Amino acid sequence: MNIQIRPILTALRRHKAGTLLIALQIALTLAIVCNALFIIHQRLTNLSVTSGVDEANVFVIANMWGDVGQSTAQVDAQVRADLLALRQLPAALDATPASGYPLRGGGWDNFVTMTPDQTKPTTDAAVYTGDEHFIGTLGLRLVAGRNFHPDEVMVMGTQQAITPSTAIVSKALADRLFPDGNALGKSFYAMGTTPSTIVGIVDPLHRQGVDQWSNGYAGQALIWPLRADDSRGIYYIVRAKPGQLADAMREAPKALYAQSRLRIIDPKDGIQDYATIRHKVYDRDRGLAILMGIISVVLLAITAAGIVGLTSFWVGQRRKQIGVRRALGARQRDILAYFLTENFLISATGVVLGAVLAIAFNLWTVTRFEMDRMSMAYVGAGVLVLLLLGQGATFAPALRASRVSPVEATRSV
Amino acid sequence: MLAYYFQLGLRSLRRNPALTALMVMAIGFGVAASMITYSVFRAVSGNPIPGKSAQLFTPQIDSWGPQQNLKGEPAEALGYIDAMALMRAHEAKRQTLLYPVQLSVMPGGNRDLPLNANGYAVTADFFTMFEVPFRYGSGWGAQDDDTRASDVVISSELNQKLFAGANSVGRALNLGGHDYRVVGVASHWNPRPRFYDLFTTSGFADEPDIYMVFNRALDLQMRTGGRNSCRGSLAYTTWQGYLQSNCVWITPWVELDSPAEVASYRSFLTHYAADQRLAGRFDWAANVRLRDVMQWLDYEHVVPPESRISLAVALGFFLICLVNTIGLLLAKFMRRAGEIGVRRALGATRGEIYTQYLVEAATVGLAGGVLGLLLTATGVSGVGILFQPEIAKLAQLDFSLVGLTFVVAIVATVLAAFYPAWRAAHVQPAWQLKSS
Repeated sequence: MNIQIRPILTALRRHKAGTLLIALQIALTLAIVCNALFIIHQRLTNLSVTSGVDEANVFVIANMWGDVGQSTAQVDAQVRADLLALRQLPAALDATPASGYPLRGGGWDNFVTMTPDQTKPTTDAAVYTGDEHFIGTLGLRLVAGRNFHPDEVMVMGTQQAITPSTAIVSKALADRLFPDGNALGKSFYAMGTTPSTIVGIVDPLHRQGVDQWSNGYAGQALIWPLRADDSRGIYYIVRAKPGQLADAMREAPKALYAQSRLRIIDPKDGIQDYATIRHKVYDRDRGLAILMGIISVVLLAITAAGIVGLTSFWVGQRRKQIGVRRALGARQRDILAYFLTENFLISATGVVLGAVLAIAFNLWTVTRFEMDRMSMAYVGAGVLVLLLLGQGATFAPALRASRVSPVEATRSV
Repeated sequence: MLAYYFQLGLRSLRRNPALTALMVMAIGFGVAASMITYSVFRAVSGNPIPGKSAQLFTPQIDSWGPQQNLKGEPAEALGYIDAMALMRAHEAKRQTLLYPVQLSVMPGGNRDLPLNANGYAVTADFFTMFEVPFRYGSGWGAQDDDTRASDVVISSELNQKLFAGANSVGRALNLGGHDYRVVGVASHWNPRPRFYDLFTTSGFADEPDIYMVFNRALDLQMRTGGRNSCRGSLAYTTWQGYLQSNCVWITPWVELDSPAEVASYRSFLTHYAADQRLAGRFDWAANVRLRDVMQWLDYEHVVPPESRISLAVALGFFLICLVNTIGLLLAKFMRRAGEIGVRRALGATRGEIYTQYLVEAATVGLAGGVLGLLLTATGVSGVGILFQPEIAKLAQLDFSLVGLTFVVAIVATVLAAFYPAWRAAHVQPAWQLKSS
């Protein structure tokens, strides 16, 4: 098949406006779709990050105290009694006190330094507090060292900043602080005057927040053996026996209210399982991905339909010329090839311009919204998709053109 | 004549239903995507206190120093020492300090469980500065700040829960084991974004239940129910130790009416910071800021990046839909070149052809607007799956959005039709007549 490009170009010169419009539309579509795909992929990656928690069986109770004037000793006694009750629930495996939990959507984090007087922090870590049941309750995987001993667990009152002498850290934090390995037994400072020695390493353990600023500290967390007996409230994290999550979630508040009624567990969102927690914290990511998905699909459909529309018009306009060509010996597939090549030329111009626009738009979001640079693979994929889309959209009108009978040449001239 | 063109337009649109449907859908989807994302953007980027946003300022003082501050910027809130110093200096006409407090209403009456009550510890000027509307009573006076009174202002919602909506001014209230007296019931008041507390909230939290006297909260050693940000080593073990630490948790606001007052307050801040250096508390040059409401919203990035990105992408999408429409209108109009030739030969002027085709385009725009409106209404009600719940519920389909949807759809389509209609008007009658 011998395709001649020159006559196509000559013909296109007679349809400057239409050609330009299709090329422009393809260019803009490429720019938007590439960036939309990039955003979708990025956000979906966020959604699938592992927390380290046994999410199928764990839930969190946000427990606020009614009487905010209690002493630390009073709060501690109540917390111990509550935990005992929660651990004895038929459907519960274990429970821990906590000041926060992974994927909470923000919370306590501390700078970490190697020496006490270092002003420039080495890095940043999410801070979790809990007793010797924390690791077991969340279902974290201990990859080195040991769990806390019960006698290591300290009590921290509302007005206190206490630094325990031991800590369990996530592998990501251990590797950041001690890149050579062997973090076990080494110590660090986390905004305290006393060092904390690493006695155990868990992997993985997600931070509390999913904000953009913390991306540089992904997975960096430390656990301190503390019962944070804040006079305002506390979190209880409970792990249900496999398959008994719903039962445990129903039993837990009853057991707590049986202990004391001077507490507030919000009936709406006071008790949340991890499916809910995960769903909530990634609201923004999921929403943006869905919106970009809808826009991309509709956009590709509209662009394809636009190409079909304009090509059909051109075919209608050139029926006579097609008839003449057929009468002069052009085969059906020559006509088909003519229109497909014509579209390819226009699309190619469009995608070149579109690739430039796509990169420019991405750079704008990089400077404006601190987003990441887009990989060229997205542009490549987008170019391929649009070229195929163009060919696909042209095919039907081109096929109709190829069926124009040579007789048309003789009509009405 | 226009009515006749409108009828011609309708007839012509009926002739190519597929092409017409395509154009209407392109306009409809384009307008709807833009309007849905715009309704969210409009809600989050608005001015929460239009009458006074240029008179309200939040002072910032760098108490952390160049090694530990926010890349050169002072912390976004003040610690106890600096906050109290600003209050004592009383350099502005009105000033307030505030921080979030978490309280509980103790059981009483027919309630046997405590009730959550979140709000703010504020000073007397808070209510006048921010123009808080009152259902019953009012805020407290400056003397109540000094006597550290147990006065509270409650929201209408809490008043409904506790007092069945009756005038509760003067009634007693037990919060977390302490007795308080209701002095006012605020009408619904929840400016969005919540400019006055962007240190803790992202700006779109639920309405606060309660406002209490700042000094009273300090007396009760109430830790902030919001954010607390510190630097260096922390070793406090008492309330006093916490107050003297470098932790920041209090947001200050001042009201300044003229540029002269602003300049004088700015110089006061600078002098204050310089004095702290002389006193040996700071080891660095004065580093202060005085931002008004809109500057503060901007600095705190209140508009979520997702909202801006969505709007930008949606506008790009609309642009493509318009390019698409130009192409299709061109095809549609030029297909009728023969008909135009006849009309021109029979005496129609170029202007008449031009008008006729613009009216036809406007008809498409109108249909696109109707479709766009339906899609926008669906989208706005389903916007909860696209944006966070607290932001999604701000998006509303009000009268102005309905009007805007139509105007944008029609104006955009007519603009898109300018070139195709111009081409139609310049059809050469002779050429067309010759070949048919």
